[in-house]
Parts: sequence; C-alpha cells; structure tokens
Amino acid sequence: MLNIEIDGKPVQVTPGSTVMDGANALGIYVPHFCYHKKLSIAANCRMCLVEVEKAPKPLPACATPAAEGMKVWTQSASAVKAQKGVMEFLLINHPLDCPICDQGGECQLQDLAVGYGGSTSRYNEPKRVVFHKDLGPLVSAAEMSRCIQCTRCVRFGQEIAGVMELGMIGRGEHSEIVAFVGKTVDSELSGNSIDVCPVGALTSKPFRYAARTWELSRRKSVSPHDGLGSNLVVQVKGNRVMRVLPLENEAVNECWISDKDRFSYEGLNSDERLTSPMVKQGGEWKAVDWTTALEFVAHGLADVAAKHGPAAIGTLASPHATLEELVLAGRLMRGLGSDNIDFRLRQCDFRGDGHGAGVPWLGMPIADMITRDRVLVIGSFLRKDQPLLAQRLRQAAKKGTQVSSLHSVDDDWLVRLTHKAIVPPSRLPVALAGIVVAAANAAAKPVPPALAGVEPSAVDIAMAASLVSGKTPAILLGNNAVQHAEAAQLLALAQALAQVTGATLGVLTEAANTVGAHLAGALPQQGGMNAQAMLDDARRAYVLLHAEAEFDFANPRAARGALERADLVVVMSPFRHGMSYADVLLPIAPFTETAGSFVNCEGRLQDFNGVVPPLGETRPGWKVLRVLGTMLKLPGFDAESAPDVRRAILPEGVIAAGRLDNGTRLPVVAPMMPAAGIERVADVPIYSADPLVRRAAPLQLTADARPPRARMHRSLFDTLGLAEGGQVKVTQGHGEAILTAVIDAAVPPGVVRIAAAHPSTCGLEGLSGPIKVERA
Amino acid sequence: MSGDVVRPGNYEVKLGTPFATLLQMAGGMRGGRALKACIPGGSSMPVLPGDVMMATDMDYDSIAKAGSMLGSGAVIIMDETRCMVKSLLRLSYFYYEESCGQCTPCREGTGWLWRMVDRIEHGQGRNEDLDALNSVADNIAGRTICALGDAAALPVKSFIKHFRDEFQHHIDHKRCLVPTYV
Repeated sequence: MLNIEIDGKPVQVTPGSTVMDGANALGIYVPHFCYHKKLSIAANCRMCLVEVEKAPKPLPACATPAAEGMKVWTQSASAVKAQKGVMEFLLINHPLDCPICDQGGECQLQDLAVGYGGSTSRYNEPKRVVFHKDLGPLVSAAEMSRCIQCTRCVRFGQEIAGVMELGMIGRGEHSEIVAFVGKTVDSELSGNSIDVCPVGALTSKPFRYAARTWELSRRKSVSPHDGLGSNLVVQVKGNRVMRVLPLENEAVNECWISDKDRFSYEGLNSDERLTSPMVKQGGEWKAVDWTTALEFVAHGLADVAAKHGPAAIGTLASPHATLEELVLAGRLMRGLGSDNIDFRLRQCDFRGDGHGAGVPWLGMPIADMITRDRVLVIGSFLRKDQPLLAQRLRQAAKKGTQVSSLHSVDDDWLVRLTHKAIVPPSRLPVALAGIVVAAANAAAKPVPPALAGVEPSAVDIAMAASLVSGKTPAILLGNNAVQHAEAAQLLALAQALAQVTGATLGVLTEAANTVGAHLAGALPQQGGMNAQAMLDDARRAYVLLHAEAEFDFANPRAARGALERADLVVVMSPFRHGMSYADVLLPIAPFTETAGSFVNCEGRLQDFNGVVPPLGETRPGWKVLRVLGTMLKLPGFDAESAPDVRRAILPEGVIAAGRLDNGTRLPVVAPMMPAAGIERVADVPIYSADPLVRRAAPLQLTADARPPRARMHRSLFDTLGLAEGGQVKVTQGHGEAILTAVIDAAVPPGVVRIAAAHPSTCGLEGLSGPIKVERA
Repeated sequence: MSGDVVRPGNYEVKLGTPFATLLQMAGGMRGGRALKACIPGGSSMPVLPGDVMMATDMDYDSIAKAGSMLGSGAVIIMDETRCMVKSLLRLSYFYYEESCGQCTPCREGTGWLWRMVDRIEHGQGRNEDLDALNSVADNIAGRTICALGDAAALPVKSFIKHFRDEFQHHIDHKRCLVPTYV
C-alpha cells in the first residue's frame, strides 16, 4: 500500500492507483468529464488538474499515479485556477443555452460550470458549430455542437460494448464524434453512451424533450427482460413512465443496462395496452367490468373441470411473469386439481424432468464470471440473449480468460474466443461428447462408457485442453442448448464434462424470472403435463399468463392450433392479443404497475413496487389471481400483499441452500448420429423475446429488429439453386413461411437460420429440426 | 538561420558563439535593415528584441538569461519592416492548425488566441484583448498533455511583452505601426 495525502487527509491506496482513486476513497470530489471509473484513462478534458507537491505544474488527478508520500491539493489556488481555466475553455465553444438543452438540469458541464465557470464570458469570437448526426432510433446526436470531445462514448464502445461504432475524426477544433459513414450505432448496449456523455451531445431519442429531469420522480425497479435482472431507476411523470436509467449495482449490472432494459418502457404506453377486461360473446369482443369477467373465468374453469376433469385445464405462463403471479397461478391450477402448468414455453425436450437435482441457475454469482480463467459456452446467442453477461465475459477475456464457444451459428459476440466449434444443431451432442472424451483423456480420467465410440475432433481436443488447463473453469449452457431437441442430453454431457474438468456448471437462464418460476413451482410437480404435452395433447381450457401463442412458444403453430381448438382460453396480459383464440382478456399489470419480484440467474431475489398506477382497469396479476382463487373457493388465496405471497414459498426471502443446482441424474447416453437433411436453427431476436419489447416502438426500428430472413451457407444456396435476396418457401411439418434468402457465412452448411418470435415465422413448427427449403 | 538575413541556411557553430558572429556568418541583415526581433529557438520559443539578442551568446544559459530558450536552434530573424502583430498572427495560426484536439486547453485555446490576434491585426482589436491574450496563453501553458500547448502560449506572451506598443497601436489606430516609422 502507498501512503498519500490529499487536501491534508492521509489515505492508503494500492500501487497502481491514481490520485483520483485516492480522492474517491476519501470522498473528495475532483471535477472531471472524461474520467469514468469503468473506462480507460484518457486525461483529455484536463478538468481534474490538481496541485501536486514538487510538480512544477498542475497534474491531472485521473492520470497521475499515486506515489509514496505524495501530497496533493485539489482545492488550492493553483489547482482551482487550472480547473477554472479549463472550464472556460470548455465553455467557449459550448452553446450557453442550457434552458433549451435536453440535458439541462442533469448535465455535468452545467453543474460544474456553476462552481468553476465565470458568470460572464470574455469570448467574443464566433462559436464552433458541429453538424448533427443520425445514429439510429435510440441515440440522438442532434446537437453535436455541445460535444466537449471527452471521448467517453468512443471508449465505452471500444471497451464495454466491444465494438467501435463511434470515433473522433478531424483535428484540433475541427475534431468531432461520428459514426462510420452511413452507419448507425447498433450495439445492444448503445444506450449507455447517453449516460456516459457528460453533456447534451448524446441524448435519448425516444425521451428527447419529453420531460425535464426535475419533473420526474425516480423509483427503483428491476428489469423484466433477460436473466440478469438489471437494477433500474424508472422515472415517472404524471403517472407515465418517461424514461428508464440504470441503478448501479456492482454485483448485477454494474452501472450499465442493455438497450432492451432501457427502452422497453416505450411498450408500456403502446396502443396495444389492454385497459379493460374483455369477453368474447357470440364472436364479438365486449369490454366488461372485472366482476363479469372474473365470474366468466371462474365459471368457465369450473365448468371445464366438472365436465372433462381438472386435467383438461392447463396454464402456460411466461418466465417474464413475477414470482407472485407464478406462485398464485400454480396454486390456482393445483386448487382446481390440475398439475398442468409450465413456463418453459420455448423448451422442447423435457426428458430431464424428474432427474434434476434442483433449480437450474448460473452456478455462480454474476460477479464471479470475471474470475473464471476458462469458460466454455454451449449453445448460446450470448450477446443478444444476455447482453451484459456477454459484457462480463468480454472483460474476462481481455484479462486472459480463455472463452470458447460450441454453437450452431458463428455469431460475433465481440468477445475474444480462444476456440470455437460451429456445428449443426443435430451435431451439438456429438460435438459436446467429443469434448467430454477429449477432456477425460487429457485429465487422465475414465471416459463415460456410453461415449466409448466417440472420436473427438481436433477442435474438441483443443477446447478440452483449454478447460483442463484451467484453475477455475466454467461451463455455461445458453438458451439454444436449453431449447435444443436434445437439451436433456446436452445437460448430462455438460455435467460429465464439468465432472471431468472440475468446472462449475451453469445455465444462462433465459428470462428475468426463469429461476423464480422454478422456485414458484410453475411447472409440473405431480405428474402434470409440461408445456409441450399440453399443446400436443390439446386441453379444453387454457390460462395464458403473459404468454403469446405466436411468439413465446417453441412450436407457435402447435400453440395456436391447441388454443384455437380449446373451449376456453383465458388471456392474462397487459396487452390486447390472441383475439382469435381467446375467450376472455384480463388486463394485468406490467412490471411497472405491480409489486412483485424476480429471481435472476444467480438466484438473487429482487423485489420491486409498482412505479405508476395501473393503466385504466388494469390490475396487478397477483391480485387478479387472488380474486379468482377466492371466487373458486380455493385455499391459499388470502395473501394481502405481494411480499405475503412470496413469504409462503421463500420465508425471509431466502432461497434455501441446495435449491439451486444444475445437476442431473440422467445418465449420459451414446449421442444420436444426426440424420441427413437440412435443419433449422432459430434464435429469438433480442427485441422479440418478450411481450413488452415487441411493443417498444424505438427498439423495433433498430437493426436487430429487422424481419427474419432465411440465412444459409453458400454451399446450401448453390445446392438448392437459390438466388441471393430471392424468396424461398420454408416448410417445417405442416408449417411454412415465405422468406428472403441470404447467404450467411456464419451458418454452417446444411443449416438454415430462421429467427423465431416474429409474425413472418410464427407459422413454423419448432426452433430446430428438419426443414425444407425451396424456391418460392 | 531563417528570415531576413542575406544567406539563410544551416550553420554549425560552437555553443557560446556570440549571436552577432552568427548573424555575420549569415551575411548580416538583408538590405542592410535593422534587426528588430529574433526568435532564437524555433517558433515555439519566446521572441527577443534585436538589441537583447545582439548582446547575447548562443548557448543555453545566456539565452535563458536573456529570456528565451535555445530550443530547436532554429533562429528566426525579423527586421524592422516586420509587423509583430502579423508575425504573431502567422505563428498563432500555425499552432491553431496544428493542435490535434485531444485535450481541452490547446484545442479550444489555440483557436481563441488566433482569432484574437487576427482581430487585432485586422483593426478589430479591443483594449482588453492584450490582457485576455496573456491570460488565455497562461491557461494553456502547463495544462496540456503534450508540449504543443506551451509552444502556442510562449510566442503570444513574449510578443506582447516585448512589443506591446505595436499591439496597442493596432488596437488604437486600427492599422499597423511599421510603415509609419520605417
């Protein structure tokens, strides 16, 4: 440790620390613009100049390494003179029209100008004007004259988002921030550049001039999207969510949030919001009051149970639903006598059920990811499925972690990969088995007998060697592995690999409350039907909780078919949808309008309160279920608050030790050799993954939200005689879709990649499996 | 040696050679005009009046004592027909052009200096400009990442220090002093 003294106060800092670190440790604020704790040091704004003993001139606190015995003054006459001088320079070319600037009131430059700026300007020359830029639908660069060239946005892109989409061109006074010619900023983390911008140069396009910061009340919440559970500050004006910002939580989202977390609130105010219960009578939809709607549902469910037995009812819930909703939905079903409830809507292999040791989870705290020296990710669209977990791995890889990927498409995660194996989905188990065998050989451990005939490939051996050579290896299963047709075997193989290599086994859980849904028991527990079984063997009545047949299921065609055939379909959703198959629509609150909780991938229970009152006749889902349970005279529906509901399953909010466990008792079997033919691989695009993002207009304008195309390797293109950009008809079973065909080198031969969860592909059957492609 | 000498060029001399000797080696002043000013160490070093230079030897200590630096050793000679405002304008424009823009004081300050000198040169000067030039130069010097900031500031300060009357004349009379007395 080094002893330094800042403003007369002694402080100990680690070698390699800067004066700024020391000041931060002491709680001394040194004014700054370009310095950001998560970004590299640039020292270009010169605002943090401080006086250092024996230094002939002021030094930047952010870039001056602490040295033993160093004495620093941050407020001395020479320091303040330097800081004021820099402030004057920053302001001479900066527009001094804070009252009409969107950043006004929350601007670092404005705040510091109060302390360090003059009250009048002595700059009498013309001011610089910088032309505005179009950076896409999320980040506004309409007022680039306000830029102070701190390069935070550039460093954010390079270092955190992993892609340099903004840069500085020109020299001297003519330097300006630009995107590449004709390009927009398309990173899934782009919104953070708005937060890091200390001035009003980069602002939020959807929020621009919608409200003033001082008009907004700030309320804590939790992101309802991916498994990370980013902590949010939801800003509200007049009962309307105006903006979402990150709430810093080093253990979860650090100070970042993904664009999905940031801009999905636009979906809350979408025209598709359901504001009143509705019932279909004689083919006509009618808005009704809650009593009518709930009586309709209660009678309907009771009728079906009486006529066809309670097992004729099934509940399909979204893993984006709150813990409380899922607990009560499960209680409702079991109270009626049915165990048919499932939230694993995109899963198609349930052979692991009954063999699991516990609830699948990340296998480690999120913050531990960076400490892993070897990581093998199996079947994951990592960057789009879990943008901030990808960011963690990106940082780990920079520090030397060997990250390898076994997957069916060669997507660029912007993470430096040590090894990668890109195989068709049907070969994923064989490839993983190869790695298990190679790892067993490398670690001199017995090969599981069932894998005796498996010959590891060169890349299998390399990946195995990487894992075996690590001290803290981890194996992570992504959404694609969990949704794989051989998901149970992939888990068993991954477990075998973890045992051989001593690695931690983790699952990159799909949704905000995937872990919570397991804990809530929103899946069959006493021999009930899983999501797939409920659709294959259609039920008479369904309750849909936040789930949409066309977009949230592994087999949207089967989902629609089953729902259309059912006698009664109860849709509980904040949005008007499913009008063709539903019989009753119950408007339940999105995450901003209800109390609730999510359990994220690391098993962290995070509760939140509603930040705005429910829209129209909308009611919190847990309350609706409570009333429904009471009307049906079922036990266990007397909770008075969301925490009450939660306490029933998680007393004291604690998840019992051992509940979270990725282990499976399913034995490894010899992997099936895939059949010849073309097969599909499907991603769930980032802005199609849940009902809320699908309705967030700005996100739907991004590059990531472009309609799916049939993406194929050139060899398949040639075999089928297709033309680039031509229309193809793809057929899966009875389902088909007409799509534009494009050549994509990231897709392995024999595979066609077609994204799911989109109107143009919701007629298809299954996220994987054989598919026919022909010229349309 | 560059500027208003008979034979501008490279001269290799012993450290400590009197400036007067060096000037002779270059053939003396062009057209026999009087020496007005000299920048002894390249454009980024402080300018010195001719009489000061004539009494100085070309070594580090002597030049420092005289108030400038030997710097790159590029000696710039200016005769009595040179306007000091116009000369500084040329230098300030150079540093404004050459600023890379990485750090604030130089990016913003060099343009400010140039624009002020430009106004003075073109008859738009104000009385407060000279103090402003000095203080802006002070705010750049020693606050930047590299030495270009200092390089931009030193000429400004020294030109005003030694030739303030010429700048003042430009401001007061909106025209150059030089033709009047040559």
